[in-house]
Amino acid sequence: MVNRVLPLFAALLLGAPALSLAASGDFPLQSANNDVRNAASLQRGAKYFVNYCLGCHSAQYVRYNRVARDLGISEDLLVENLMFTTDTVHDTMTIAMPGGDAEGWFGTLPPDLSLIARSRSADYLYTFLKAFYLDEDAVLGTNNKVLSNTSMPHVLWELQGIQRPVYREERNGDEITRVFDGFETVREGALSEEEYSRMVRDIVNFLDYIGEPVQVERVAIGIRVIAFLLVFLLIAWLLKREIWKDVK
Amino acid sequence: MSTSQSEVRKMGAGSRFNQWINDRFPLQKLMREHATEYYASKNLNFWYGFGVLSMFVLVIMIVSGIFLTMNYKPSADEAFASVEYIMRDVEWGWLIRYIHSTGASAFFVVVYLHMFRALMYGSYKKPRELVWIIGMLIYLALMAEAFFGYMLPWGQMSYWGAQVIISLFGTLPVIGDPLVEWIRGDFYISDITLNRFFALHVIAMPLVLIFLVAAHIMALHEVGSNNPDGIEIKENKDASGKPVDGVAFHPYHTSKDLVYIIIFLILFSAVVFFAPTFYGFFLETANFEPANPLVTPEAIHPVWYFTTFYAILRAVPDQLGGVILMGAAVFALFLLPWLDRCRVKSVRYRGWQFKVALALFVVSFVLLGWLGLMPASGIYLTLTRIFTIIYFAFFIFMPIYTAMEKPKPVPDRVVYEHG
Repeated sequence: MVNRVLPLFAALLLGAPALSLAASGDFPLQSANNDVRNAASLQRGAKYFVNYCLGCHSAQYVRYNRVARDLGISEDLLVENLMFTTDTVHDTMTIAMPGGDAEGWFGTLPPDLSLIARSRSADYLYTFLKAFYLDEDAVLGTNNKVLSNTSMPHVLWELQGIQRPVYREERNGDEITRVFDGFETVREGALSEEEYSRMVRDIVNFLDYIGEPVQVERVAIGIRVIAFLLVFLLIAWLLKREIWKDVK
Repeated sequence: MSTSQSEVRKMGAGSRFNQWINDRFPLQKLMREHATEYYASKNLNFWYGFGVLSMFVLVIMIVSGIFLTMNYKPSADEAFASVEYIMRDVEWGWLIRYIHSTGASAFFVVVYLHMFRALMYGSYKKPRELVWIIGMLIYLALMAEAFFGYMLPWGQMSYWGAQVIISLFGTLPVIGDPLVEWIRGDFYISDITLNRFFALHVIAMPLVLIFLVAAHIMALHEVGSNNPDGIEIKENKDASGKPVDGVAFHPYHTSKDLVYIIIFLILFSAVVFFAPTFYGFFLETANFEPANPLVTPEAIHPVWYFTTFYAILRAVPDQLGGVILMGAAVFALFLLPWLDRCRVKSVRYRGWQFKVALALFVVSFVLLGWLGLMPASGIYLTLTRIFTIIYFAFFIFMPIYTAMEKPKPVPDRVVYEHG
């Protein structure tokens, strides 16, 4: 992720250890490896997002025309391909589903996704979208390894297919514990595993972008600001040296 | 002051304007007393930069804060959305907000280093006791200001962090519950609480801070700045009455301070532009979710600059006892000028007793800050208790170990090697 490019320098300021605050239970998170500077990935992510997510999840702080501008999409393309919930380009990504209905259907309101990548992390979302599995005991028929008993159905099952967890037994003295050992495919989806991973990465990339739309520009400006300050520092240091040269 | 009519006629327009001002307002007098003829030791090292940096951050916070209030809405329904509006729709709003959020942490970084400088070089000792006391009051006001400000984004950590801190007042006997209700203005943390915290954050505490900073500087300029040798430069003056080891604040120290300010700005910009959340330390991850009174976040802890005292609070099994001990941890700092019995100021010439004690104190302060972020159980709790004891031992035994010190002789003149 772009905002991890130069922070080591800043870390020295406090000598702070890089502390991972992304909570995920016990399930190890996979690295999303997304790149918010990759416009093609973001454009695909935007398309998937409005088609698969925006039915139930809003992104109420995100404006359509801001997305178009940042992702290099023309307004005509925007209206034709991405705007299903409104006709006004400067509207935000709200949804028409009444909250009461949503709670009736899912038991809870699907969260707004504007800031989900900031509150959960890209890795969490990437792993989450790949960790749905068949579970006869669950109300929806599927469960999730990252967020147990999630109210979210496996929306992308036709693309990923359906998988089931495999466990191996580990003996520790007299105790036998079942350890998760990966997934096995029960039913093939329309996409290969690789294609599905790329799709999820694109969606997560888009979520990362809408979490902080300015992040790419922020880093670019920062480099110029610090370059300016280094020049200023040299001048100020020369001034200080000149003023202090007579002090004995 | 009085200049004859003929002299006035000979002056240029600029000088005449200056004269007109100075006949009516002591501009030149103030400039002399506080800048061009305020002498501070020539051997001040970089530790002496954190005072001016604290002032600089105060200005950053006031200016960025003014622009934030133009777009922020102090209401439980709108606060969270208005912060996102600032982040996304207001021109340069993201920058103003990150400057303000980073500034809050930067403020505590520079203030803690400023306070450490005072401990190292004995800047709290006679005749600077009041400079120290006023400085401690600034620190208290700053903690209140930071606490009020942290509620304003109305995220999960804003809400639950405030919940924890406000509930501390509830542990007081008899007045506890009514006091908590009085602070909140409601039976729970609500729109009313947010509204009053906004008022306290944007007007009440800033006014207190500015008044105290002015008093801090007036008291300092009355007694003069300390230096790394802890020598009173006023005791050694030349024929013109200028301290021989002193150089004028302006242009000497100001030119040095400008260098410090730019170095600070480089580090500050690195955080603002490359790591504005600073790995969840400056902007906490849970705060990207709107406040929800029904759902507690996975772990609640205050922002890093409070965690030392938070750890001390949790070290005590009894709640009221914890609150009292936490209060004592802050209050003990006020007593430093009278607990320290050693006549020598600077650590450079002090005995090993103080050096060891100061090192242990700093280690405890930092480690308690880390422990305050960890769960209060098991090994963490044991460590918290050990370092809490060391923290207090620094103060409790100070009159004894400082009296036992055998300081090295202090030179007559400050140590200065022209670099």
